Amino acid sequence: MKKDIRNIARASGSDTMHATTWGLLATAALIGGILVGSRGLRYFDPALVSYAGATLFAAFGLGYRFSMWLRRPPTRLYWFRGWEIFLQPHRFFGNLAHLFEIVWSNIVLQRFIGRRSRMRWTAHWFLAWGCLMAAAITFPLSFGWLHFETLRSSQQIYRAFLFGIPIVQFPVHSIVAELMFNALDIAAVMVLIGVFAALWRRGRDHGAMAVQQFADDLMPLILLFAISITGLFLTASTHLMQGLHYTFLSQLHAITVIITLLYLPFGKFFHIFQRPAQLGVDFYKRAGVEGEQAVCIRCGSMYGSRMHMDDLKRVQAALNINYQLANDTHYQDVCPPCRRKNLALIQDNMWKSTASES
Amino acid sequence: MKNAEFFIDYSRCIGCEACVQACGECDTHRGVSMIHLETIARRESVQTAPQICMHCEDPICAQVCPADAIKKTPDGVVQSSLKPRCIGCSNCVMSCPFGVPKYQIDIDQMMKCDMCYDRSSVGKKPMCATVCPSGALTYTTMQDIQRTRRGIPINEWKFGGEVVHTKVYVMVPPEVERVDINLVQIANTDAALPRDPYDVALMLENA
Repeated sequence: MKKDIRNIARASGSDTMHATTWGLLATAALIGGILVGSRGLRYFDPALVSYAGATLFAAFGLGYRFSMWLRRPPTRLYWFRGWEIFLQPHRFFGNLAHLFEIVWSNIVLQRFIGRRSRMRWTAHWFLAWGCLMAAAITFPLSFGWLHFETLRSSQQIYRAFLFGIPIVQFPVHSIVAELMFNALDIAAVMVLIGVFAALWRRGRDHGAMAVQQFADDLMPLILLFAISITGLFLTASTHLMQGLHYTFLSQLHAITVIITLLYLPFGKFFHIFQRPAQLGVDFYKRAGVEGEQAVCIRCGSMYGSRMHMDDLKRVQAALNINYQLANDTHYQDVCPPCRRKNLALIQDNMWKSTASES
Repeated sequence: MKNAEFFIDYSRCIGCEACVQACGECDTHRGVSMIHLETIARRESVQTAPQICMHCEDPICAQVCPADAIKKTPDGVVQSSLKPRCIGCSNCVMSCPFGVPKYQIDIDQMMKCDMCYDRSSVGKKPMCATVCPSGALTYTTMQDIQRTRRGIPINEWKFGGEVVHTKVYVMVPPEVERVDINLVQIANTDAALPRDPYDVALMLENA
């Protein structure tokens, strides 16, 4: 990570070529993972091949978009700075402890969303954990990483295999079995709670109604609703309707999942992969507070870290933003309140000079 | 109001704070006032100035955002950061030439003036312009502002070498073509004056 940070904000080469390469690498890594994890496709379930295929496309899209995102000068600089600070030997163990703290607070409990509103937190927490739980089951199943078998000696005992290795066994009629076999139903109910809470909020909050967009804000909810409800239909068909229309329902469910997987890299769901960058920013801010502070050239007050202001100058240079002022000063070295005061003073001076001339 | 534009005239501000209070009533940022009201040179005058988002054509806040969280609507209004994306880095806060975005530490997110989008998107005036008694903040048509004011509205700014065009206009003398900020005035500020712990004027200005 010891790259020259002065030039790191400016990426070289073709954006599309880099992004395509990373997209293909992500796809190749997943294909390799499927081949190895399913023991040469021995445990790969052909019935789930459409799910695996759509996931491969999603992997390409995610690799492509993530790489494209990292090509932007501010993202690129934060990415390298974040890792550089995190891996500094004298900070590493403290950073590791802090990482657990912020993962627990920001990702597991999502406290920062709770401070925005209780309804928003309810919607997001159930959606997030419902989806993550479903993904943790569906992806390993469709990749052939996870499968179940009954014992040869007893049809009453089930064994779960991860990467072909037996990890746990349990009686078919037990609480563990009920939880395992219905985990996707539990996840679907969690997602539905989140979807209804989100729709309730979006239907009543005038602020949200003014800025929400169909493709970004409502489409993901519709997709998650479709996946969850068609998934629950499968359970209802099996247990309540003697398998009525099961084939049709399973195909319908597969279509909803595949559409969502194809949408994953390009829509709102991309924030699942983008958002962890918040953790890197936290380390950056902590290092900034400990280091030298920037002092405003106008009022003399401290208004941020020196590292942040210097990095911003680099990002601005990479973006061709020229804030260089006369007298060898830089507009970035003026604090935001002084920028606002200065605007009023300049307008004031314009009127004064007009008055003195007339 | 059709074809309305936003006009700001710092020199008309009387510091009543009606805009600050009204701003918090907006549905898109309920309870949180997004407007800035600055005291300018408290030792010498009672001058105050409001600052709303100027809604740049090519917003620098959006350019420096690592999370690509700041978007502009088709009608040219730069919105607060997208909640799912904003990572709370404050790049926008520190880079905005007008010093507008606010970092809300409790929710770890940047928020800013969005021209009361719930109102302005359906033709209503933004809250601040509705209550401003002196016309420092005005939301009206170009014809109306030209008919009623002695200055002209311009929306071109230069910060050092950076030229910025904004959706919001500022009122200036008729011969001015753009606002050029090439030198920051440092007279009568903490940095320029000897430290005086009992200087109430500066304390008020920095409050």
